[in-house]
Amino acid sequence: MKTTIPSNIGSYEARLKDFSWSIAEKELGYRPGDDINIAWYCTDRICKMGKASKTAFIWEGLGGAEKKYTFNDLRLASNTIASFFKGLGIRREQRVCLFMDRIPELYLGFLGVLKLGAVAQPLFSAFGDESLLVRLENAQTTAVMTTHKHVNKVRKIREKLPHLKHIIVVDDQGKKPLQAGEVAFSLEKAEPVEDFQAAATKAESPSVLHYTSGTTGQPKGVRHVHYSLISQYLTAKWVLDLRDDDMYWCTADPGWVTGTSYGIIGPWSLGVTQCVLDVGFSADAWYQFIEKHKITMWYSAPTAIRSLMKAGEEVVKKHDLSSLRHLASVGEPLNAEAVVWSQRVFGLPFHDSYWQTETGSIMITNLPGMKIKPGSMAKPFPGITATLLDLATFEPMNSTGKVGLIAVRPGWPAMLRGYWNNEEAYKKKFRNGWYLTGDRATIDQDGYFWFVGRDDDVINTAGHLVSPFEVESVLLEHPAVAESAVVSKPDEINMEVVKAFVTLKPGRQPSDDLQLEIMNFIRKKLSPLAMPQEIEFTPSLPKTRSGKIMRRVLKAKEWGQEIGDISTLEND
Amino acid sequence: MATTQEIREIVLKYVKEEYVEDEDQVVDFSTPLISGGIVDSFSMVSLKRFLENKYKIRIPDHKATPEAFDSVDKITRLVESFAGVKN
Repeated sequence: MKTTIPSNIGSYEARLKDFSWSIAEKELGYRPGDDINIAWYCTDRICKMGKASKTAFIWEGLGGAEKKYTFNDLRLASNTIASFFKGLGIRREQRVCLFMDRIPELYLGFLGVLKLGAVAQPLFSAFGDESLLVRLENAQTTAVMTTHKHVNKVRKIREKLPHLKHIIVVDDQGKKPLQAGEVAFSLEKAEPVEDFQAAATKAESPSVLHYTSGTTGQPKGVRHVHYSLISQYLTAKWVLDLRDDDMYWCTADPGWVTGTSYGIIGPWSLGVTQCVLDVGFSADAWYQFIEKHKITMWYSAPTAIRSLMKAGEEVVKKHDLSSLRHLASVGEPLNAEAVVWSQRVFGLPFHDSYWQTETGSIMITNLPGMKIKPGSMAKPFPGITATLLDLATFEPMNSTGKVGLIAVRPGWPAMLRGYWNNEEAYKKKFRNGWYLTGDRATIDQDGYFWFVGRDDDVINTAGHLVSPFEVESVLLEHPAVAESAVVSKPDEINMEVVKAFVTLKPGRQPSDDLQLEIMNFIRKKLSPLAMPQEIEFTPSLPKTRSGKIMRRVLKAKEWGQEIGDISTLEND
Repeated sequence: MATTQEIREIVLKYVKEEYVEDEDQVVDFSTPLISGGIVDSFSMVSLKRFLENKYKIRIPDHKATPEAFDSVDKITRLVESFAGVKN
């Protein structure tokens, strides 16, 4: 039996009545117009509060390798990195890409970039050179901080990136000479910088640039600002219920927004200790990690939870997981079975939370103390006005049980401030005074939101969005591919996976080996997430009379849904 | 059908060529592939496909677990369990 401790939020209903984001501002000691620098709030401020010697970060890698950092270590490391960047000539608001596995330098480098006032652009380290190229090109990135393992992918595209001035290798052992424009930096060998004046960034100064995929066009850089801290701090406190004595584990990679909003900013702005495990997935290793570090709050993702379910309950029984007191999930809708399973196995339900790269912080969520309806994402966070819009008119719907588009009234602190170099796409995200999430849901009589699906063709695989357009574009680069259509198909673990329908060029024959060759081609150029898990060779693709490929026809087939209106379908 | 040693060698070569990004990383028959972060769960699908194509076998999804794919030796045992092998 778990001990019930009052939650940080207290009564949801009471909070709704008197909510203001100034609650977070006051707690953080921020007044409108003041400087606000996320890195300073996560390091210097915590030290000034008397927690300099408190453990901030426990990192564990392969074979049990472990590193520990206090908040003072975070302060010094971010000072040192910021100072190093400054010495290279990197200036405020220039983009610095962090392209690494989940090693300490990724987390500390993120803070260093922000402390300098530059814009942190974390990218998932499994990205291939093509994925990397479009994102660095779009952001006109000045520097890439990476490791020996990934530097070759950057070298491969270097000549196509005129704005890229510096490649910083954080683990260079000096075995092979670095190339022109590359520089070694070792945090362990660098002289710690005691004093570094954090950039006097303001609320609207750009902070983080995360890339996200859409149905059409190349990935979009979601521009966030330092004021996002206000939402991230308060949601980490109220939704994740983080407290001073917590041992917190967010399983997300900082290449994605959860890994920065709640894997860096949220916990550290609260002065909470967080643990990171940088090894591949294994149920035994995960439970071992919880047991070893006595994790109390665990923020994970439905795909991981379903993988744990698949691994069975015997492995759970091998470990003492009694330290856990609160669980939450994000990335894709959390299926009811997973909530019921976690209640049975851990004695605690996973609390689903809903938000996006663009929202920067949690929007709709199961808060501690709120009745959980398994399968529902529950209710809007206080201060968030969310509704469903009619799919045709974009006007708020008042009826329950009807499918509509999830929309949020703009104005919360962590809302995106634009897409990098893409004002047109940004404008399209707003209609009738609402931010459009691109997701569909229903609302029940109690005001609980129930996720239905995407409003577009974007594929949500294991909580990560994959653009069919991006995959199709790269498929066309393969010498055997004439045309392709990429859609999602259902998957028990990842919710959706990528499937490609491919027509071949004359003279090329379908084969199992060609299928594998194309899969690997996408995996290396884009990422393992974008790799089609299935390729179906087909003599032709369904098209409109104007020649546009009708993905929805193929998708409907995969999902066993009705095809709908095919009056514009071209006849063979 | 290939011998155990032949399967080990072929799988190791394929893993090195396809999945190892750090050219200095030493990968041998017992190196953890999944838990070691060399092959992720998505890439495992292409590795499974390679084995099926190469050895003309069908590995059911419930047998294609992260544990069964966690080293070249484990993969070799998995392949052998679905095909006749000369020792």
